Amino acid sequence: MMLLEQICRDFQVGDQIVHALDHVDLSIAAGEYISVMGPSGSGKSTLLNLLGLLDRSTSGTYWLNGKDVSRLPDNELAEQRQLNIGFIFQSFHLIPRLSALENVELPLVLSGETPKQRRERAREVLDAVGLTARVDHRPDQLSGGERQRVAIGRAIVMKPSVLLADEPTGNLDSRSGQEVVDILESLNRDGICLLVVTHDAELGQRARRRLAMHDGKIVGDVRQ
Amino acid sequence: MRTTDTGHFALQSIRRYPLRTAMSLLAIAIGVAAVVLLTAVGEGARRYVTGEFAALGTHMLVVLPGKAETAGAGAAGMLIGETARDLTLDDAAAILRSNRIDRVAPLVIGSGNASWRQRQREITVLGTTVEMLDIQHWRMQRGQFLPATDMNVASPVCVLGDLVTREFFGNSNPLGEWLRIGDTRCRVVGVLAQAGLTGPFDTDEIVIMPVASAQALFNTPGVFRVLAEAVSRESMPAARREIIATITARHQGEEDITVVTQDAVLSTFDTVFAVITRALAGIAAVSLLVAGVLIMNVMLVAVSQRTSEIGLLKALGARRSQILVLFVAEAVSLSILGAISGLIVGNAGTFVMRAVFPAIDFAAPLWAMGAAVGIAIVSGLVFGILPASHAARLDPVRALAGR
Repeated sequence: MMLLEQICRDFQVGDQIVHALDHVDLSIAAGEYISVMGPSGSGKSTLLNLLGLLDRSTSGTYWLNGKDVSRLPDNELAEQRQLNIGFIFQSFHLIPRLSALENVELPLVLSGETPKQRRERAREVLDAVGLTARVDHRPDQLSGGERQRVAIGRAIVMKPSVLLADEPTGNLDSRSGQEVVDILESLNRDGICLLVVTHDAELGQRARRRLAMHDGKIVGDVRQ
Repeated sequence: MRTTDTGHFALQSIRRYPLRTAMSLLAIAIGVAAVVLLTAVGEGARRYVTGEFAALGTHMLVVLPGKAETAGAGAAGMLIGETARDLTLDDAAAILRSNRIDRVAPLVIGSGNASWRQRQREITVLGTTVEMLDIQHWRMQRGQFLPATDMNVASPVCVLGDLVTREFFGNSNPLGEWLRIGDTRCRVVGVLAQAGLTGPFDTDEIVIMPVASAQALFNTPGVFRVLAEAVSRESMPAARREIIATITARHQGEEDITVVTQDAVLSTFDTVFAVITRALAGIAAVSLLVAGVLIMNVMLVAVSQRTSEIGLLKALGARRSQILVLFVAEAVSLSILGAISGLIVGNAGTFVMRAVFPAIDFAAPLWAMGAAVGIAIVSGLVFGILPASHAARLDPVRALAGR
């Protein structure tokens, strides 16, 4: 489903060029559960941003669902993101002035869905992440775990094929973290491809396929 | 994205940041209110002045000797009256015979040396008839105006302006005193109320005597002007034609007079004040542009405050154009709300001014309110575009990191 061929991503830092991704080859099939681990600066987040079409490679080719997306114009990238990819961030990135329901609705608002349909869909999703009673709460009225569950709801409301999670439990206590992981894994069991970037070895070990990164290269690719 | 959603999103952001919202609203509201108030003052002044002029007699026709080739261009000719024939008292009487003319007042103007006991001064002498009092809406301070006799009858009486009276007589009673003017003497029968400049003369500094007496004093058979009042405003064009026909017939078929109506003067004032009002509106509109710059700053701050939100919207699949529209909509919403508050404040101010100065009918013209709101919205739009396009161009990865 996702295929990276000889992907490089260089950054200019002062006079130096940093190779955040250095000729990476990677193939990901639908429905996989993958963890990406490695020290800071090893290129994990860059890989995630690139897979999520937030960033472009300096060279190489990225095939998403059989389509070369490495040189698409901005608007088409946005469309691909909208249709295929759900993001989950360490710091949730909820919009503070919107209620849980409105936050989940946001992708549907952007895609121009009718108010009635999107409300219905957002409620379904919030039910699925166990926040039925919290739909009208604003983020500052929710616990960290609940916020991340709202964020998961928002990530899956467009029914994407891939969920990209960057340290999804990084800001949570272990119990809330476990709940979030449970939800993500159950979504994966229902068929969504889940890719988790994490420092947390315990979380990383749960994935069926574990990538290790170092200096912009994939140095380990272990399947259970 | 749906238009209602865009508006909803913009309004939610506006509500979320009350301080910056209040600042921008204030700036726009001041601009719009300034336009409303200044044009209300200009328009009020216009209505007041034209109203006062109308009170002086919109039915008035001024007949002067000599033919001006084009209206307004013959000023010198009007003053000097360069014509073979004078306009006479008989001409004035002939004009009065028309049934479209209510009353006439012939006018002779000259200057003479007036003296009383040891005091003397140069003074403007106005020769006219009793009709002049009503035609010019003058009021008497004491005594009476000229006697209501035939205009050809000279009599040795005079009416003084307020300042003249005080200069000659101080606080003592001038009525019944004999004032010497040139070679003649006349008895003071009345004093005009103080009025300052009304119409063409400063009535505080004149001596008024019967027109025949003034003709004798200046040794002239002619009159300077004939003021004629038509029976109604509608009858003025016909009255004007009739006057010209009458005098032409009396002057051996030569049309050698000019008839000026108050309407011409009135419309000149109207135009002048309309231009002033527009200029005031223009000046006030500049403050709207300044408010637009403030909106731009506020929106730039909003963009940098919400960088990570913009990154998120991009991650959720928002296109550049959507983000652009969202932020422009926010700027425009700010300016619309500001314009509405400005209209409310401006009209409340107009209401207060009317309560304080009931004599003047302050009212901002609709075009000014429309233009103020229009400029406010356009400046919100124009000045909102730069911050919005800045937001739309943000790199999603950096924006998500809040950089």
